[in-house]
Amino acid sequence: MKRRPLLKSTLAASALLLSGLFPFTVQAAETIKVGILHSLSGTMAISETSLKDMALMTIDEINAKGGVLGKQLEPVVVDPASNWPLFAERARQLLSQDKVDVTFGCWTSVSRKSVLPVYEELNGLLFYPVQYEGEELSPNVFYTGAAPNQQAIPAVEYLMSEDGGAAKRYFLLGTDYVYPRTTNKILRAFLHSKGVADKDIQEVYTPFGHSDYQTIVANIKKFSAGGKTAVISTVNGDSNVPFYKELANQGIEATDIPVVAFSVGEEELRGIDTKPLVGQLAAWNYFQSVENPVNSAFVAKWKAYAKAKNLPGADKAVTNDPMEATYVGINMWAQAVEKAGSTDVDKVRDAMAGQTFAAPSGYTLTMDATNHHLHKPVMIGEVQEDGQFEVVWQTEGPLRAQPWSPYIEGNDKKPDYAVKSN
Amino acid sequence: MNQPLAITVAQKAGPKVTLGVGALVLAVLIALPLLHLLPADNVLHVSAYTLTLVGKILCYCIVALALDLVWGYAGLLSLGHGLFFALGGYAMGMYLSREAAGDGLPAFMSFLAWTELPWYWYGTSNFLWALCLVVLAPGLLALVFGFFAFRSRIKGVYFSIMTQALTFAGMLLFFRNETGFGGNNGFTGFTRILGFDITAQGTRAALFIATLALLVGSLYLGFKLARSKFGRVLTAVRDAENRLMFCGYDPRGYKLFIWVLSAVLCGLAGALYVPQVGIINPSEMSPTNSIEAAVWVALGGRGTLIGPLLGAGLVNGMKSWFTVAFPEYWLFALGALFIGVTLYLPKGVIGLLRKRGEQ
Amino acid sequence: MPTALYRLFLLLTLLLPLTGHAGDASDFVAASPSKQAKLLESWSAAPDAARLPLLEALQQGRLAADSGKNPFIEVNGLYQSAEGEFAPAEAPRKLRLNNRLRGLIGTAMASHQLLAEEPALRLAAARELQKRAKPAQLGLLDARVASETDAQVRTALTLALANLQLVDRDPAIRLAAVRLLGETGDPLARTRLETLLDPAVEDDAGVRTAAQTGLAQVKRKLLIGELLGQAFSGLSLGSILLLAALGLAITFGLLGVINMAHGEMLMLGAYATYMVQLLFQRFAPEAIALYPLVALPVAFFVTAAIGMALERTVIRHLYGRPLETLLATWGISLILIQLVRLLFGAQNVEVANPYWLSGGVQVLPNLVLPYNRIVIIGFALCVVVLTWLLLNKTRLGLNVRAVTQNRAMAACCGVPTGRVDMLAFGLGSGIAGLGGVALSQIGNVGPDLGQSYIIDSFLVVVLGGVGQLAGSVMAAFGLGIANKILEPQIGAVLGKILILGLIILFIQKRPQGLFALKGRVID
Repeated sequence: MKRRPLLKSTLAASALLLSGLFPFTVQAAETIKVGILHSLSGTMAISETSLKDMALMTIDEINAKGGVLGKQLEPVVVDPASNWPLFAERARQLLSQDKVDVTFGCWTSVSRKSVLPVYEELNGLLFYPVQYEGEELSPNVFYTGAAPNQQAIPAVEYLMSEDGGAAKRYFLLGTDYVYPRTTNKILRAFLHSKGVADKDIQEVYTPFGHSDYQTIVANIKKFSAGGKTAVISTVNGDSNVPFYKELANQGIEATDIPVVAFSVGEEELRGIDTKPLVGQLAAWNYFQSVENPVNSAFVAKWKAYAKAKNLPGADKAVTNDPMEATYVGINMWAQAVEKAGSTDVDKVRDAMAGQTFAAPSGYTLTMDATNHHLHKPVMIGEVQEDGQFEVVWQTEGPLRAQPWSPYIEGNDKKPDYAVKSN
Repeated sequence: MNQPLAITVAQKAGPKVTLGVGALVLAVLIALPLLHLLPADNVLHVSAYTLTLVGKILCYCIVALALDLVWGYAGLLSLGHGLFFALGGYAMGMYLSREAAGDGLPAFMSFLAWTELPWYWYGTSNFLWALCLVVLAPGLLALVFGFFAFRSRIKGVYFSIMTQALTFAGMLLFFRNETGFGGNNGFTGFTRILGFDITAQGTRAALFIATLALLVGSLYLGFKLARSKFGRVLTAVRDAENRLMFCGYDPRGYKLFIWVLSAVLCGLAGALYVPQVGIINPSEMSPTNSIEAAVWVALGGRGTLIGPLLGAGLVNGMKSWFTVAFPEYWLFALGALFIGVTLYLPKGVIGLLRKRGEQ
Repeated sequence: MPTALYRLFLLLTLLLPLTGHAGDASDFVAASPSKQAKLLESWSAAPDAARLPLLEALQQGRLAADSGKNPFIEVNGLYQSAEGEFAPAEAPRKLRLNNRLRGLIGTAMASHQLLAEEPALRLAAARELQKRAKPAQLGLLDARVASETDAQVRTALTLALANLQLVDRDPAIRLAAVRLLGETGDPLARTRLETLLDPAVEDDAGVRTAAQTGLAQVKRKLLIGELLGQAFSGLSLGSILLLAALGLAITFGLLGVINMAHGEMLMLGAYATYMVQLLFQRFAPEAIALYPLVALPVAFFVTAAIGMALERTVIRHLYGRPLETLLATWGISLILIQLVRLLFGAQNVEVANPYWLSGGVQVLPNLVLPYNRIVIIGFALCVVVLTWLLLNKTRLGLNVRAVTQNRAMAACCGVPTGRVDMLAFGLGSGIAGLGGVALSQIGNVGPDLGQSYIIDSFLVVVLGGVGQLAGSVMAAFGLGIANKILEPQIGAVLGKILILGLIILFIQKRPQGLFALKGRVID
């Protein structure tokens, strides 16, 4: 009698271990597998969890309409736990073990750079939904977020305009990592081209999670004494609250020194006291407050989904730019698969070129014929008391992305179509 | 008789069985890279995913072993071993980035307006020099830090917190873009190593075997050290440093040697880790990672050589499984493991297995 | 209080008949943004008291228009016609303003308030105009200076005027204006005077010399403000570090538990604040401003209770094995973080500053001290004093010190060591909870809050010398000030690295910290 439990426990233990090493893949012929690669734990969970849910919602919606090529989509959700090497490991798992046909995922550039070699090696397909610094154009990635010329440059043009306050001096404040560094480098070159001298530009960087902005706000004040100043903030997520609080407490108002942020959206404002931020600006390609029928339906769907799935904070569910980009990306991919008549990566890639989709932003977005980026409209929104943005300015229409910014030396020689990075 | 029967059986088994199990595990580990070389449609083919996963865990095993040498034997709990690991990884990453970039600058530099390589990148395109860096960077840092720390007789908690501050400072430094190591992104996009395609089956298998060889080598070294007089003095340092000094020994040299050796082993593990997982970045230096490494050692059983390997394997295996199956509950499991081990298994899993064996 | 008077005044003006000035509101509503800007500029040059309700509505974003471009003002959710007696054709839409218009509205508002009865209002308006006056307002200001009766307001107005007079044709007027500006410590005056140093801009040599001396004066005053500001931010950072580390000074410093879950006690304290705020919002919204005061005892007792429970269940088994407490408490911290994440979500939660913790007091023209930071410095000192009293003047404190110094002897003397351990650990955790309340008023409240303070807290305690409250206080303020001296020189990132490096070096030199317990014991 003693042998049996032993056998059972060892069997169970080895199965446990095996399933870790060799995740079982149950291949049902009638589904198309879609990988979702967003951190559900760790520091990035705060931003990425809602993208995972948005992806699941979109997949549900497509399935409800009959799926793609007559097959249902089957989401495969994995958790890279905000750990960059784990992103690569999970990507390899999705591609080689689960055999997904496409992946939607990643948030930061470092996570994308971590998985990129895997996608290029195994010829997978990744949709990346977040604004980033450009300087990359892989045939295995479609970028549905903004390139710098679809976010940063129009925002500065707005600040230079009469309506934006005709700023003469620019304080570029960012968290010390690649996205702010590259964006600010592009902006500096752009400002030079508009006749702004170096003495009127100040670049300051803080560490991740910096929470003491006293010195920096004092510096901004000092700097602003020299003429109409605007702050361009690429401060990363969590540090924004202490920064804006300090600004407000030291008596700096948006009318005196406007701050335009590239990483503050509805989701980030959800958990904070918005009073000190009212009137400050953000530049995105979509805001929840945009008024058009597509968006109303989109927002209503998301709220209903959040409630139905009992997501945390469902009563205050909001949509934001990366969520819209995820939604657009999945829908465009589904259209491309229909057009190609296959989920084969090479065929889908060809079919993606020129795909259009009526997006919640109120525009019909087009996937560029060559450069794997969406043509996107740019909007400047002002923070309202309720944590929403009111659009105060927007571009005439969608702009074509310039992943290789002309403001960075040597980029003019880079081809405007996707080539493998190695 | 509340414990699972599997453990009871293991406890009853003599050292011969333990040796047998060890040999079996080693055989399987040697077989893995060879099976990887089979064509992909073969039933016995081991996928690249599995191979890199196991390879990664083997690298962690080396770290656990290195940490055990200083903690388990010399009683110095380092919460900064992630720094040495990452330094080794960065040294290898520098070589791999140069290799990928060819004659030009590594990609992250060229678009952040670096026009030339900083001086410390000099010679990193040479594999041998990179290997020297893998040893020298963590080794020298450990030597300098250890020399001063042991001279001031910093030990126990203070030592742990100082090492933690050290790795934290290192992380902040490497996060800076201007430090010249790619900032937050670190290095990725490696293509070739010594002229071989890094994604080729043969290269993967070779890297795996190198990792395994390093692990077995460090294990052998550990055994030799532990059995020698040197090992006994170290244990004495751990248990009663003052009495040892009264006996006329100067513990500083002993501590310094094992401390530097441990750092170098970590650096080597890091160097093997990077080409296998394909990325090195400053988050490897985060204090959390180093604390986790301490848990591997504690779980497996410190002061033994096999224990840490067992601990690293168990925790990482669990992690890979939990973060797929129940991502929300992984931290609960890990936390409970920490508490359970410290409360109920002061000698770790090995202690549990040995307890009965001795009876 | 000036704001109350101001509100009263506005209320009175609101009650005035709205019909008298047909045109202004309609014009504004119908105009394009650039026209609107011109309108505002012309209004600010020729203020008219009857326009105040319109400006007030504009400033508060209450001006709306229907599709027929008829202006309406929203009052308590209802739209009243701004001119005439229209009923809105459909729900009017609020006017879209941008920051440029808001600035101009502020200027217009200020120049209208120069006509106010209350000197306090006029003073505020004059100060506003020092920053914002436009050249077109020269005539207005000139007239107001002449007719102003209140001396203080007149001085302020003169200064506002001086800013505009720097480009006057008459060198004598320019000279007077330069001299006046030289006496202020205003950062704007510095830039204005600097431009006058250029002979191409200022052709009068006398004015240039006056500008030179004035500039030197202004710079000196600015430097004083800057130094005071740096000292204050250092103290403020120090007080935050102190509040974060004080609980640890007891659990680690006195009890010897390497309490890695200390950061999570801070986090729980902040979440307790959040819960208290929620309860106030639901049950006593009128007293919401008091919630931080109520949160203090709540956070203290909640975290103390959790701390005591942890001590009884886990930590008590680990006394004398400090490195093991490190691992166990780290495990506890992971569990607590994930628990909070599951209960409250991974996102940060919203903890709002009450009005008395928002804003700041203007001490010098270039120095504003935020109220929340002032309060936190005071609070930190209070907590230190109370802790010191508790440890040194009460029976519990005596017992704690006895147990931590010599457990066996204390037990022999009849001290219930187990109970004392529990209470001491609870005290440390409770103080961490108090720190959490303070931190919630400064930064984010999220599951990871504690993680960002844990390393700093340990460094403070180790640097100060384990077991020494005074040491922790010195270390916290020392680190805060050193950080704030370094940051402007070499940037926030390098500054932090350098501080860490210095601490490591310092500990090598003095392994026992700043204040070492003197003794000859060797283990």
